[in-house]
Amino acid sequence: MMFDARQAEKTDAPSSAQQYAALEQRVSVRKEGSAVQADQVETDWAALVLLVRDHQDKAAFAALFRHFAPRVKAFLMKSGADATTAEECAQDVMATLWQKAHLFDPARASVATWVFTIARNRRIDALRKARRPEPEELPWGPEPEPDQAEVMEAQQDTERLGTALAQLPEKQRALIERAFYGDLSHSEIAAETGLPLGTIKSRIRLALERLRQQMS
Amino acid sequence: MSIRHHLTDQLVMAYAAGELPEAFNLVVATHVSLCDECRARLASFEAVGGAMLESEDVAAMSDDSLAACMDRISGLSQATARRPLKRAGIFPAPLADYIGGGVSKVKWRNLGMGVKQAILPTGKDASARLLYIPGGQAVPDHGHRGLELTLVLQGAFRDETDRFGPGDIEIADEAMQHTPVAEEGEVCICLAATDAPLKFNAIIPRLAQPFLRI
Repeated sequence: MMFDARQAEKTDAPSSAQQYAALEQRVSVRKEGSAVQADQVETDWAALVLLVRDHQDKAAFAALFRHFAPRVKAFLMKSGADATTAEECAQDVMATLWQKAHLFDPARASVATWVFTIARNRRIDALRKARRPEPEELPWGPEPEPDQAEVMEAQQDTERLGTALAQLPEKQRALIERAFYGDLSHSEIAAETGLPLGTIKSRIRLALERLRQQMS
Repeated sequence: MSIRHHLTDQLVMAYAAGELPEAFNLVVATHVSLCDECRARLASFEAVGGAMLESEDVAAMSDDSLAACMDRISGLSQATARRPLKRAGIFPAPLADYIGGGVSKVKWRNLGMGVKQAILPTGKDASARLLYIPGGQAVPDHGHRGLELTLVLQGAFRDETDRFGPGDIEIADEAMQHTPVAEEGEVCICLAATDAPLKFNAIIPRLAQPFLRI
């Protein structure tokens, strides 16, 4: 079931809804050759996160919330959370997005990937009650003017992987999904995903090399 | 640091999916802190999670959820934001966080022959420990009844398979028979984790054994 955006807007001030409509026009790009229909407008989620980061923009946040919160909730429910817990945790995840917007680097990861990592950590915390050590943060926080080509590529990774996922044989896709929903133990996880991960790895690897050069 | 022994794809994916026991998470996070190759691989597996989330079915949020979330945000204080963790000497940040600092803060326990260990507080489904092995001494066998990860932080050890230096990780399972020995020279310090149950009561009688099996 789709999350009803109009319903949520009722709880907003009217001015906020108008602001959002204007914003969506401002930051969205239409897919080439597609008809001008709302559901074919590809929203630039990274631009919305930057609006939250730089201007604490509530309309941009509302748009992110409408898109990602119902997905996070579904993800958590498939990971075994009941609807109430999943709803609570999805709100936490979105609040974390607001709070940590300054850490989001659009040249490194798509918004969906970033939200996934927040949701995964929330799941470990809330459902598993376990601690998750995280790798050291690198001194390569988001640059004020990230390279637009890199940003584009990072944001498109998610779409490309989504297409590749959809094309996998059903059995293989089910295995990957089960791994990410916490249905498999670590020894049952098969590393061979059949997904084109090499290009993503190489892109990040190059960015890391550049960073190390700048540091030395 | 030239790292030659990396994490397996299976471990990287399990970490990306959030499916490892805490002790293994600690070893993976510590290795990734040292290894750009595995950091990049981790990012690629996390992108799979992102693609799944994006193509995810949706579960409707309740009507007032956005307003409730905004309330939650205004209640967040900036002070609750965690400071980024700091590296402490040879300990990358995630490990330093468990120790509360660098090597000098470790509460070592002598195992004899100059070998020491410190068990770290983690969840019960796997255990993590630091090992301190003077040059020429055998590395205490810390498991081999399950999956065992050994990450070198200082010095080096060798076994029948290869040499393992700083940043290298050896991944061993039950089938592997090996006798790692610390290289002469600098004391070898390793972070090791295993999902085999700890056998504390077996430590004392076994201490007399030549390879310090625990």
